[in-house]
Amino acid sequence: MEKSHILSILVENESGVLARVAGLFSARGFNIETICVAGTVEKKESKMIISTFGDEQILEQITKQLNRLINVIKVQELTDEESVVRQTILVRVNADESTKNEIFRIKDIFGARIIDAGRNTYIIEATGSEKKIDSLIEILKPLGIKDIAKTGQIAMQRSRKQA
Amino acid sequence: MIKETEKHTMTGSKILLESLIKENVDTIFGYPGGAVLNIYDELLNYKDKIRHILVRHEQGAAHAADGYARASGKVGVVLVTSGPGATNTVTGIATAYMDSIPMVILTGQVPTNLIGNDAFQEADIVGITRPCTKHNYIIKDVKDLAMTIKEAFYVASTGRPGPVLIDIPKDITSSVCTFEYPETVELRSYNPTYFGHHVQILKVISELLKAEKPLLYIGGGVILSNAAAELKEFAELLDLPVASTLMGLGGFPSDHPLFFGMLGMHGTYTANMAISNADFVVAIGARFDDRVTGKIDVFARNAKFAHIDIDPSSIGKNVKIDIPVVGDVKAVLNSMLELLASKLNEAASSRQKRMKWLEELNNWQYEHPLSYKMGDVIKPQYLVEKIYELTKGEAIISTEVGQNQMWAAQFYKFKNPRSLLTSGGLGTMGYGFPAAIGAQIACPDKTVFDIAGDGSIQMNIQELATAVQYNLPVKIAIVNNNFLGMIRQWQELFYAKRYSFSELNVSPDFVKLAEAYGAVGLRAKKPEEVEDVLKTALSIKKPVIMDFVVAREEGVYPMVPPGVPISGMLLV
Repeated sequence: MEKSHILSILVENESGVLARVAGLFSARGFNIETICVAGTVEKKESKMIISTFGDEQILEQITKQLNRLINVIKVQELTDEESVVRQTILVRVNADESTKNEIFRIKDIFGARIIDAGRNTYIIEATGSEKKIDSLIEILKPLGIKDIAKTGQIAMQRSRKQA
Repeated sequence: MIKETEKHTMTGSKILLESLIKENVDTIFGYPGGAVLNIYDELLNYKDKIRHILVRHEQGAAHAADGYARASGKVGVVLVTSGPGATNTVTGIATAYMDSIPMVILTGQVPTNLIGNDAFQEADIVGITRPCTKHNYIIKDVKDLAMTIKEAFYVASTGRPGPVLIDIPKDITSSVCTFEYPETVELRSYNPTYFGHHVQILKVISELLKAEKPLLYIGGGVILSNAAAELKEFAELLDLPVASTLMGLGGFPSDHPLFFGMLGMHGTYTANMAISNADFVVAIGARFDDRVTGKIDVFARNAKFAHIDIDPSSIGKNVKIDIPVVGDVKAVLNSMLELLASKLNEAASSRQKRMKWLEELNNWQYEHPLSYKMGDVIKPQYLVEKIYELTKGEAIISTEVGQNQMWAAQFYKFKNPRSLLTSGGLGTMGYGFPAAIGAQIACPDKTVFDIAGDGSIQMNIQELATAVQYNLPVKIAIVNNNFLGMIRQWQELFYAKRYSFSELNVSPDFVKLAEAYGAVGLRAKKPEEVEDVLKTALSIKKPVIMDFVVAREEGVYPMVPPGVPISGMLLV
């Protein structure tokens, strides 16, 4: 069955490693829906969180092909059930007298924050699941979204609940 | 103290060459240029230790190193300059990558301070070759040079082999540091699995012992892992019929009673029928290429599959595999032989079970052997058979791509591994001749033939000068039909004979061309002249071009049309 999958890819922090991974996806016709890359505690390592789309067979090929890359240390699928998945978003919205109250109300509902206020616009910061972020965007749209920046999904396996 | 350090201080160029010697490299194929002048200058001091073969085009260097690697099993090494020198090797690198050939390509690069400046002869060769190398590197500090070379040879030659490129900026080749060649490599993220999982291997054996219609489907992995002897023992022990991919030819003796020929688009009737009717197929170092499987959803639909391969990503890529075994072909076959040693009775009774199957296969072979009709003009198949006869199956055969390649694969009975050099994956016209040069250098005592087409020989004909310079007695047999024959055949069959730009109306006089280069040129126009021309060529210790004027519209058969199950072959 085709669906979204989130992969956590531990790589060596070397120049070109992002190009290797991204190139592999495009060369083999795999999708990248979101990608998020940053360092880890270890200086020599980076972690990429890639959300992709496909059936089990495609996912297996992606995983195997990634493992073929010399700089890839570990590839792990993070499933919805066993992981926490988050996305952070910054949205610049119109904030005039007529919309300010509405923005405050929405911010509270979504547990978002206003991190910058200008004469006519606010920047809202929110973190949550993809679904939550999508509905925040839907609700803000009528107020006039000026700009948007998303981190893409990041995820981590949940801690074990029992010994 | 200070003196001690000075003693080991070397330039990058010297470190490079010393490192190559540590890797037992005694031959490199190359072409000088601005960015590698320091290396070339140092190379003169190493004349006695490293033989440099000066090609006439960098693509020739890459294919020659590839042919050298395929014929010898060693890592082929290429040295070229930056920019166009590097980009000219790309086709050769991609060719080696598709066929998993171990190579190390050393490219010059503009000095580090100019990288990214659009400097003269600058190309981002690391970026360009990322998708067609197993791995690649750019050296940013001379201190990393020795370790990188060590890693490159290790990565190229282990696991599923492949080409590795090292890009070396010019300033690195003149910088100095102490030289100490590392003894070992540690790559945290690269650990190929050599020994197959015991449980999986047991499963394969138990299925094989049960199977009534088993088939071994062998590929290039058998040759790459030097497993031909083990494969033969294994097949004979259980009376298992063998069919091979193009890349696997020579991995099992073609004249063996258990061998039923090549699979796929131009495979034998028997091999394609065998896999279509088998109940258990063991793929050994093969990768279910589309040229082998034909219409994939009905490929071998009655069969259970086991797949032995060192590359996990090959397993289950195109066909669902019931018993995957990740491991080196040779190591896995050895484990299977060990396990079978204690099951000799079961092995004997399992042989009984498939007597009927072998009979069926032999009947197919009897009813539909590879065949062609003789006539007044030279038939390409006849030519290849004559080459086989006169070389007793002991030659190294390289091919170009197209009809010449398929006829060579069908009608030369390859007895030994590493005796067929052909671009199976990428299908590179122009591969065969430089590959033959590399093979002749690796195996000076062998007869090396390039079976070529009149189209593809012209794609790297400049290497004739290389062959003459180094007095390499490579024999080039041009199957000359004044066509891009395979294109013409497809146009005949699938495009209503609309021969769109597949006719080569003008070609050089190949006999005169050979003479112009200082080689020998011969020509045969009639079937009765073929043997004499071949004998003459074989008696001459120089490069020889033989121009065989063949039947213009001869086709390669059997042929599986695209999108058709492989049992749906066109037979002549």
